Amino acid sequence: MRSLCLIIVLLTVAAVPCAIAVEPDEVLSDAALEARARALSKELRCMVCQNQSIDDSEAPLARDLRILVRERLQAGDSDRQVIDFLVARYGEFVLLRPRFSWHTAVLWLGPAAMLLIGGCAVLVLVRRYRTNSAAAANGQQELTAAEAARLSDILRDGER
Amino acid sequence: MIAEFGHYALVLALALALFEASVPMVGARKNDPVLMASAGPAALAQFCFVATAFAALTICYVRSDFSVLNVFENSHSAKPLVYKLSGLWGNHEGSMLLWVLILSLFGALVALFGGNLPARLKATVLAVQASIAVAFILFILITSNPFLRIPEPPFEGRDLNPILQDPGLAIHPPLLYLGYVGLSIAFSFAIAALIDGRIVAAWARWVRPWSLLDWLFLTLGIAMGSYWAYYTLGWGGWWFWDPVENASLMPWLAATALLHSALVMEKRDALKVWTILLAIVAFSLSLIGTFLVRSGVLTSVHAFATDPTRGVFILAILVLFIGGSLALFALRAPMLKQGGLFAPVSREGALVLNNLFLVSACATVFIGTLYPLALEALTGEKISVGAPFFNATFAPLFVPLLIAVPFGPLLAWKRGDVLGVAQRLVGAAAIGVITVAVVFAMEGGGPILVPFAVGLALYVIAGALMEIVERTGLLKVPVATAFARARGLPRSTWGAAFAHAGLGITLLGVIGETQWSLERIAELKPGQSISIRRYDLHFDGVSTRQGPNYRDLAAHFTVRRHGELIGVMEPAKRSFPSRGTAVTQTALMTRGVSQLYLSLGDPNPDGSLAVRLYYKALVLLIWLGAVVMVIGGALSLSDRRLRVGAPRPARSKAALSPAE
Repeated sequence: MRSLCLIIVLLTVAAVPCAIAVEPDEVLSDAALEARARALSKELRCMVCQNQSIDDSEAPLARDLRILVRERLQAGDSDRQVIDFLVARYGEFVLLRPRFSWHTAVLWLGPAAMLLIGGCAVLVLVRRYRTNSAAAANGQQELTAAEAARLSDILRDGER
Repeated sequence: MIAEFGHYALVLALALALFEASVPMVGARKNDPVLMASAGPAALAQFCFVATAFAALTICYVRSDFSVLNVFENSHSAKPLVYKLSGLWGNHEGSMLLWVLILSLFGALVALFGGNLPARLKATVLAVQASIAVAFILFILITSNPFLRIPEPPFEGRDLNPILQDPGLAIHPPLLYLGYVGLSIAFSFAIAALIDGRIVAAWARWVRPWSLLDWLFLTLGIAMGSYWAYYTLGWGGWWFWDPVENASLMPWLAATALLHSALVMEKRDALKVWTILLAIVAFSLSLIGTFLVRSGVLTSVHAFATDPTRGVFILAILVLFIGGSLALFALRAPMLKQGGLFAPVSREGALVLNNLFLVSACATVFIGTLYPLALEALTGEKISVGAPFFNATFAPLFVPLLIAVPFGPLLAWKRGDVLGVAQRLVGAAAIGVITVAVVFAMEGGGPILVPFAVGLALYVIAGALMEIVERTGLLKVPVATAFARARGLPRSTWGAAFAHAGLGITLLGVIGETQWSLERIAELKPGQSISIRRYDLHFDGVSTRQGPNYRDLAAHFTVRRHGELIGVMEPAKRSFPSRGTAVTQTALMTRGVSQLYLSLGDPNPDGSLAVRLYYKALVLLIWLGAVVMVIGGALSLSDRRLRVGAPRPARSKAALSPAE
């Protein structure tokens, strides 16, 4: 009875798109190879999705790519060779971490450049402070008695 | 009739906003008190009319009035009331109306509580705020009108996208928008200061609490969105570096920087020009975020080009406000009086360092998000920038920041002593180092970064609490004395401790989730079991349940730990006949701060069901950390000295009290 119920239910939801990424039948029996496949999958884009790796995506294309990655690994490819193979086939677009080249230089160097520019600006400010405070120290004078009395008044007011 | 009423109210709000953007501005230039004073009532009236328009659309949704196109496209008569309401902001037109509602709400708040502001500043601020409202109300009326009718109304609506029918997503957009749009206040104050050519004392007093308030909402909104993604999308990810997420992260980073630099400005009268620039940048990033999400440019530059009306309009708003404000900044900033300078080693210096790293991190996200768009637009070449890129660039920027976090609050203003502070942090550092060793021993190899990251997280938490421990004399004096002292500490001190500890807690959750989570993927038939860690899940079978507008296919699992029954988990496939789509309902079981996470995949012809089971280690800490941060922010906000309109003597006293 239970299995009948299950079959009926399964038939009704068969048309529903699946919502699971890596499917059980894709998993390789070799655990080390599977781990490499999963790591690679996280670096590769599902090209019909919006910003999803093939590891996360449920699209049929992502499934095909996952199987392809596993086939290449089983054939003895290194991680590098698998990536090269996919880039040759689908272009740079398939990589979620773009390779460093002249057209991604701004992308990769931007953060470091930003930090460097900011750091330099802070250094300039510090220098300016040093010169200013040195100048202030040279021109500094002792307080007059009236000024000292006024200062202690102000401080007392503040503490109240 | 209701829809037309709302439409008309929105047009009137536009007229009021136009008035408010121009007349008080003229008044401020001519120093005419009557013209300047007109800003307040205009802001209140504008808010009332926008609220009327919003209420009208709400009524259309509640009544399921399908003669209104927007309601027809996003609602369904069988939908529960809460999702009828959230459906209003679950779509483009409605969410823009919510955006404008919050914008005018903040304007009205300035009008109501701005009694202590100089008349000229208040008038200018409200005029700038109103000019933003003019742009966005025009945008709604011209390109995204939610009040359009359908000539022949259908009987039933198309329903809201099922994955949006969720309590988390019902409150996520309003929270996020409160944060996004709240930054407009800091922006309006910055522009007003630039127009005036001077920064009055009231400026700093206002900007800090306001930026704190919208930082609170942003933090809550982002955390809520992240938790929603975690339990909805079915594979347990909680942050994807998706452009839509980045669009909210960038203003958050900028707002965090703003919060800290406003502190320097308030306490030490320094960094004024920088704070103004940050206020402009933070709101600009909110606008860019709105543009990214609302224009469709993210899908592809080409998708944007095919239907550009909305995108071009928002782009024009962007160019006008961002370009205009930056140009104004370039013109006027040199005229502003630079505040006091300070020694590099001091609390101010630490806060500058904080700003440097936060702004660099923000720039990283900005470049990573927009680079593919720019490259495609310029050369036609398509590249992807995804999670691996951001992880590789963002983390190195955050590690030095996290190391520096405990130093900040312990350093004295004006002139600090790094060595002294380092000595006071020895305890926290020791906790960190011991953790590294313990984790390293437990892991028995593996990536060295993991023990280091866990140690860093505990060091941040311990360092954040160090100031409290020191100032209450805990461990040295009797507990009762320490408790009395703890009560006497300023709330802002508690706030900083909580916020920084929250950061460490979130970090701990992130490491736990990414490093120690387990995954099982299997095909199960009823009667079979699957186990993970010490938990055994027995698949009892499936059943169907009928909801108001959906049907669930639920799988029943009994969960045992060491053979002892501890509960049931019922993940489901929820199908919505109105749209012919389905979503996965994951089942979560909380064990301490970790969770068991179970989601269903496809059923197979042989009667088995694909399931994904995770043990998500420490995952709840990610969001608990955010909650602790928010509590810290709220404590700081409730500090008497920061309260808007607090009497001045309290402030001057604080300014004179040494190093805290």
